[in-house]
Amino acid sequence: MATIGAFFLAFSAQAGRLSVFVGQTLASILRPPIYFHIIGQQIIRIGYFSLPVVALTSFFTGGALAIQIYYGGNQFNSEAIVSSIVALGITRELGPVLGGLMVAGRVSAAIAAEIGTMRVTEQIDALTTLSTDPHKYLVAPRVIAATLCMPVLALVADIIGIFGGFVVGTQSFGFNAAIYVQRTINFLTIDDVTSGLIKAAVFGFIIAIMGCYNGYYSKGGAQGVGRATTNAVVSASILILAANYLMTSLLFSS
Amino acid sequence: MTAKIALSDVHKSFGTKDVLCGVNLEVEKGQSVVVIGGSGSGKSVMLKSILGLLTPDSGSIKIDGRETVRLARGGRADIDHQIGMLFQNGALFDSLPVWKNVAFCAIQNDGMGEADARDLAVDALKQVELGAELLDLSPASLSGGMHKRVGLARAIASKPEIIFFDEPTTGLDPIMTDVINHLIRDCVQELGATTMTITHDMTSVRAIADKTALLYKGEIIWQGTTDALEASDDPFLNQFINGLPHGPIEVEGQQLDAAPNAEAD
Repeated sequence: MATIGAFFLAFSAQAGRLSVFVGQTLASILRPPIYFHIIGQQIIRIGYFSLPVVALTSFFTGGALAIQIYYGGNQFNSEAIVSSIVALGITRELGPVLGGLMVAGRVSAAIAAEIGTMRVTEQIDALTTLSTDPHKYLVAPRVIAATLCMPVLALVADIIGIFGGFVVGTQSFGFNAAIYVQRTINFLTIDDVTSGLIKAAVFGFIIAIMGCYNGYYSKGGAQGVGRATTNAVVSASILILAANYLMTSLLFSS
Repeated sequence: MTAKIALSDVHKSFGTKDVLCGVNLEVEKGQSVVVIGGSGSGKSVMLKSILGLLTPDSGSIKIDGRETVRLARGGRADIDHQIGMLFQNGALFDSLPVWKNVAFCAIQNDGMGEADARDLAVDALKQVELGAELLDLSPASLSGGMHKRVGLARAIASKPEIIFFDEPTTGLDPIMTDVINHLIRDCVQELGATTMTITHDMTSVRAIADKTALLYKGEIIWQGTTDALEASDDPFLNQFINGLPHGPIEVEGQQLDAAPNAEAD
């Protein structure tokens, strides 16, 4: 009983501290000055350098999805089903979610390690004594950059994922390329794509916040930074999946 | 006359551990005060409380007569502007070259342009006897002594009225220790700044202190001038400055032989 109570108290304390951290971050995003040059640097690091990971992940996912649908469905009418379900699955779910999880592994860990190292080497204290708000200088630019980059990465994942399905469909199953493309275009609606992009923006916010939060409160030297990095990836991944469920319920319930 | 820095009955605990137990200390304008004390005596917590990085549980910390405890970060911006700080390990920003580290405050807060910021960095580096060839180097490529000196250059670049030094000579060889001590002394005299240094290096104390305070178990148990330090017969002070393993100060589980003498010399 005492263990459960202690766990609940610790969980409540963490949730409260995270809420305050998110509040401080939102306030620092809205208040000037805004460090545009740091946001630009972070867009390159978070967005541009994540492109290969996201592209490869979505290409193979699109291909695997096409194979599963082909063999799992009616093979005699598969040309229509494969193109439409690949497009739907990738744009609504797999593009943003798998892209988000891959970026969480790459970016959230990197942010937590960088800010965590700054914490344990007193660089964050140094920022404060140099009259610079660490939230504005370190956290806000990363959160803005990740929130802006993730929808773009999801759009890239959508296109490449659908292309992966197209390659498998036309090369392995002998589908007609023109018909495959036409059916994909006819089936997809703008809402399918935008719902995925909205999800991706939320995932970007989660990825950056969890990386910054865990790094900001890391302690205990190198071991503490390692723990912060692990916690950042695990918590970001779980929150992405939970947020995906919630947003899917909200966006597609009506 | 109002003290430049005044601590009155400052308490700070972490959980059940009392770290500061009623610290009282005044630093006059232009004075160089060194706070000595063993590891875990509360020196860093006291310094971080003055800098606003930690909030004391109770007590008062005034800078230029203005209360700073529980002052919002935005509210103490003008106080922070007159403060420079040299951290124990330099705390230089890894992601920035040396010149951006040194001129950081001017670039971020005053919007100084690149050319002027580089000139400012050259001047500050010159004051700590470093050349302009370091400007574009990364902090990771500097030696320990250079790290400290670049940190000192950053601390004095904005010409602050108050400078704090956190164990400025820790981890340095005796020659570099002497160099850093003299640089601190010279820079401070040139700027006319008020300084507070925390250290357990007695060489630094003798080189840079106008006044010394001994912190033990979260309290200032002795304070006085450097001359008084040498002449004092305070058993705590004698044990500390002579590095004796036996005496009233608890060392590695040893017990007190005498009660703290709270009287100042």
